[in-house]
Amino acid sequence: MTDSTILHGVVAEYVTPDALVAACKQARKAGYRRMDAYSPFPLEEAADAIGFEKTQVPLLTLIGGILGGLTGYGLQYWVNLSAYPLNIGGRPLHSWPSFIIITFEMTILFAGITAVVGMLTLNGLPQPYHPIFNHPRFTAASRDRFFLCIEATDDHFDRAETRRFLEATDAVDVAEVAD
Amino acid sequence: MERLLPGQAPVLTPGHTLETITDKIVSIVLRRPVTLGWVGGFVFFFGLMNVLLFAMAYLFFRGVGIWGINVPVGWGFAIVNFVWWVGIGHAGTLISAILLLLKQGWRNSINRFAEAMTLFAVACAGVFPLIHTGRPWLAYWLFPYPNTMGVWPQFRSPLLWDVFAVSTYATISALFWFVGLIPDLATFRDTAQNPVAKKIYGLLALGWRGSARHWKRYESAYLLLAGLATPLVLSVHTVVSFDFAISIVPGWHTTVFPPYFVAGAIYSGFAMVLVLAIPIRKFYGVQDMMTMRHLDNAAKVMLGTGLIVAYGYSMEAFYAYYSGNIYEFFVLKNRMLGPLAWSYWCLILFNVLIPQLLWIRKVRQNTLALFCTSLVVLLGMWLERFVIVVTSLHRDFLPSSWGMYTATRWDYAIYVGTLGLFFCAMFLFVRLMPMITIFEMRMLLPQSRVTSSEAAHD
Repeated sequence: MTDSTILHGVVAEYVTPDALVAACKQARKAGYRRMDAYSPFPLEEAADAIGFEKTQVPLLTLIGGILGGLTGYGLQYWVNLSAYPLNIGGRPLHSWPSFIIITFEMTILFAGITAVVGMLTLNGLPQPYHPIFNHPRFTAASRDRFFLCIEATDDHFDRAETRRFLEATDAVDVAEVAD
Repeated sequence: MERLLPGQAPVLTPGHTLETITDKIVSIVLRRPVTLGWVGGFVFFFGLMNVLLFAMAYLFFRGVGIWGINVPVGWGFAIVNFVWWVGIGHAGTLISAILLLLKQGWRNSINRFAEAMTLFAVACAGVFPLIHTGRPWLAYWLFPYPNTMGVWPQFRSPLLWDVFAVSTYATISALFWFVGLIPDLATFRDTAQNPVAKKIYGLLALGWRGSARHWKRYESAYLLLAGLATPLVLSVHTVVSFDFAISIVPGWHTTVFPPYFVAGAIYSGFAMVLVLAIPIRKFYGVQDMMTMRHLDNAAKVMLGTGLIVAYGYSMEAFYAYYSGNIYEFFVLKNRMLGPLAWSYWCLILFNVLIPQLLWIRKVRQNTLALFCTSLVVLLGMWLERFVIVVTSLHRDFLPSSWGMYTATRWDYAIYVGTLGLFFCAMFLFVRLMPMITIFEMRMLLPQSRVTSSEAAHD
């Protein structure tokens, strides 16, 4: 890699989750903010260590669920009272107990779809290209290795300095990744 | 392995590492050659699936008159099979959602194929409401949409509740399954050698890279889906039971139906899980990941839900007598002593008596015995729906309107055909997708936990 290449960041590779989480904490303490940890399974400690503690997914799901419930009930209310009133066995047109089930199902349906679509959208997926895949050994991130990437857009980022910093952690390998 | 006692059998046999787990599951799909046994099984079930297609084509050509249904018994095999298949699907959701919320680590290796089982079972179930309408090309009339006829569905009908419950269930199950697959598809993308396979798995993985931020949102969404699927799965079979319980037909109009339908669904679903898991773990050599502990736990769930079902039968019989309603009591007598008494007593034998063998540890530790018991339970649960549907309808209030029901060869052809569709899909699934959730298996490893004080929460 030449010096003129635009960098995505400097990437350190770790063998254990412990080493990754410890490095994340050190990096945060050293003032780095624009970084990401990569692991082959969910590692909540890593997310906490890089300072990502709250997700918007539960809130979105709640909103989706409420909208779904309102849609389900509203649809039945409108159909039965206005669009197509049907007298079934003399029951009131607004016979709310029989509307509950479809209201419930629509709540679940909307909430579930919102949770999935919301999660994917917030994650920026589907994303066909990402510079981290330029790392020659990154396929191991979906297998048995852990990576920490300090991104070039970070205010504290300095090519040589950041590299030295990561080499001082428990990393087995430190590499620069092109953007 | 097989010699370990319950309590000692681990969920994952010791000695695995992150690499071996990944390699083992990935190699089943990406490296293992296609065996003659797989081809033979696939061709057989593919043939059965074509029986379904042929029978459906003839059905659309001639109409539902080719079935055994008649005037008192307007609901025959179609609804029996529908309820049976939906019920089988429920175990998949139970394993993936409810056991996740209850933090049962043993679910991790069986949830993926159990979810696939759910999807395929719901697909098989979905065939029946569609084709039983007589004019399936107008089935979209069931959905509320603005139309030139100016009519809307009848929202007070349990049949419409069913449309919403089952379509929501199918959608949420598919989402749950796919979301669970994304990280494993990324592993496949990164491991596959074949460029075409790499491209396809890569597309399906949506560019997943295992970022800590992504994982956090992912875990959050997955947990929420589990929380949503839990009441959903209970509601689906409750709504299915409302198809019966909301009516006033003797033998159907009873409040015990929702809980006992849900228990029965889980009962048959776990039986199907065992019927699939026992051969899969043997043929694919994954006994170290689907251990005897899994089989033992599944057998215990079967035993427990089977007892709830048995309680349902006894309450049904007791209230038929205790209510003092002569029509209810007649339905009971007719079930036990009438022309279809064989179906009732086979049901009691298959669903209540034979499964009591599962109390014995030796039976639970013997895969063949467990497999056979599960088959018996599947048959028993099918008979349960047959007894509920047919014996209640064929002799109701007025003796002048009594009748008899005999299934025709087309009824059987369609039922057997859906079995073909189901197993055909399962055969494709085990060869194309990771049948065990790789990333969740990694989490079972002791070395996956963050331990050192330096890394722990401060």
